[in-house]
Amino acid sequence: MSIVDNEKEIIEDFDLFSDWEDKYEYIISLGRELPLISDQYKTEEHLVRGCQSRVWLHAEKQGANIVFTADSDAIITKGIIALLVKVLSNQPAIEVAKTDLDFINKIGLKEHLSPNRSNGLVSMIQKMKTYAAAYSAK
Amino acid sequence: MKNNVTDIRKDFPILSTQVNGKPLVYFDNGASAQKPQAVIDSISKYYSTMHANIHRGVHTLSQNATQAYEDAREAVKKYINAQHSEEIIITRGTTESINLVAHSFVKKGDEVIISGMEHHSNIVPWQLAEVNLKVVKVKDNGELDLEDFKSKLSKNTKLVAITHVSNTLGTINPVEEIIALAHALGVKVLLDGAQAVPHMKVDVQKLDCDFYAFSAHKMYGPTGIGILYGKRDLLNAMPPYQGGGDMIKHVTFEKTTYNDLPHKFEAGTPAISEGIALGAAVEYLNKIDWDWAAKHEEELLAYATEEIKKIEGVKVIGEAKHKAGVLSFVVEGAHHYDIGTLLDQMGIAIRTGHHCTEPLMHRFDISGTARASFAFYNTKDEVKIFIDALKRSLKMLR
Repeated sequence: MSIVDNEKEIIEDFDLFSDWEDKYEYIISLGRELPLISDQYKTEEHLVRGCQSRVWLHAEKQGANIVFTADSDAIITKGIIALLVKVLSNQPAIEVAKTDLDFINKIGLKEHLSPNRSNGLVSMIQKMKTYAAAYSAK
Repeated sequence: MKNNVTDIRKDFPILSTQVNGKPLVYFDNGASAQKPQAVIDSISKYYSTMHANIHRGVHTLSQNATQAYEDAREAVKKYINAQHSEEIIITRGTTESINLVAHSFVKKGDEVIISGMEHHSNIVPWQLAEVNLKVVKVKDNGELDLEDFKSKLSKNTKLVAITHVSNTLGTINPVEEIIALAHALGVKVLLDGAQAVPHMKVDVQKLDCDFYAFSAHKMYGPTGIGILYGKRDLLNAMPPYQGGGDMIKHVTFEKTTYNDLPHKFEAGTPAISEGIALGAAVEYLNKIDWDWAAKHEEELLAYATEEIKKIEGVKVIGEAKHKAGVLSFVVEGAHHYDIGTLLDQMGIAIRTGHHCTEPLMHRFDISGTARASFAFYNTKDEVKIFIDALKRSLKMLR
């Protein structure tokens, strides 16, 4: 499935939720799915600093594709990371580099990506794209 | 005198709005307090009928605006009981007030005592000034270690700069005692009053502090403006902080002479509408029955503390005997970011994170806390809503 297909699937999933509680329970349940990153990458080197919650990100190249694993100490952040990984991981690096991730707005989680949240997600997405751009340039 | 919370709430239009489809419960007063209609109206009235640049204009608008701005200074002077109006320096806020003192009162290598519970704005200005910083320890219950303070204080100390009320722990520090101990050795004292002025009437002459810094927006006034109170002799002896318009008497390329207090420290066109609205905020606070407000806030804090402690895995950070308006807590198995996010969905505004007190977080070995902070317009019903919502959040998170 392409990035756009993945996004579509998530948007459809979220359309089923009638209230905020269902939505957040789903995000939390995604956050509980362990492990998202192996312990060897949960280091200072892979840390994306957010002033509220911390995020670890690891990227590696598999053929033309880029594979991401990530984690966070806050479970809602981690749930959103799970969505981002689902959409972007195992996709052609060149596609990841140019995606706009509009699905986050469409599923009503835009506020988590505002700079005000300081949860590390914005920096994480930037890093994902930087890795992707670097890998596709190679 | 205003001493009825139902009536007082009607003065603050934002309190009857909804957030995420739920009635707003605003418990982020420590970060910034909401504004009464009188303050909002004052800004609108100023721009609709009075606006002109102040202090130098000969035309009527400028004179009226100047008068209104200077009336606000006078209102602040009376409110904190300063002896002279030129002791009221209008700044951008507590942060700038402290930066001013760090720039103009101390020099590189001077010894300055702060505490382990200071906000970054009472740490970093001193680091920028390259002073020799000594840090008073904080006890496990969130009180200042006075013995440690005594052991660090000496005749070599140039300044003690300590928070009146901790923004993270709520601790009310024994500032009278600190000032008496410092003055006995001829040491000057600056109090960071940002978190104190929203909760109590401050009398700078009674305290006998040398400097007192605070922000308008935490005391129900506008953002972008604050006060540095300083004793006149000290302020007169200090060099200007910033150069520009308003702070000069005469400028030539050879030599510039500076204006008198308070203008010496007020370079550039100030935040005029905010200054006038600060006056309106003070006028509003003058109508508050502060004995009632203190008791009401104390009851809210006691009730919230009692209820939150009943929840399994909750630990209150900061259990000083004397506290004002702040309930900081951590929860086993739930990150503060997640708690804040879910409470927000239920219309409840709290603050999460390190509250600009990272060294204090290290002291308690935590990455952050969730903090509910109260104002006199909050109610016991709101505390109930908050506690129920917190329980609901934790059920989802744990």
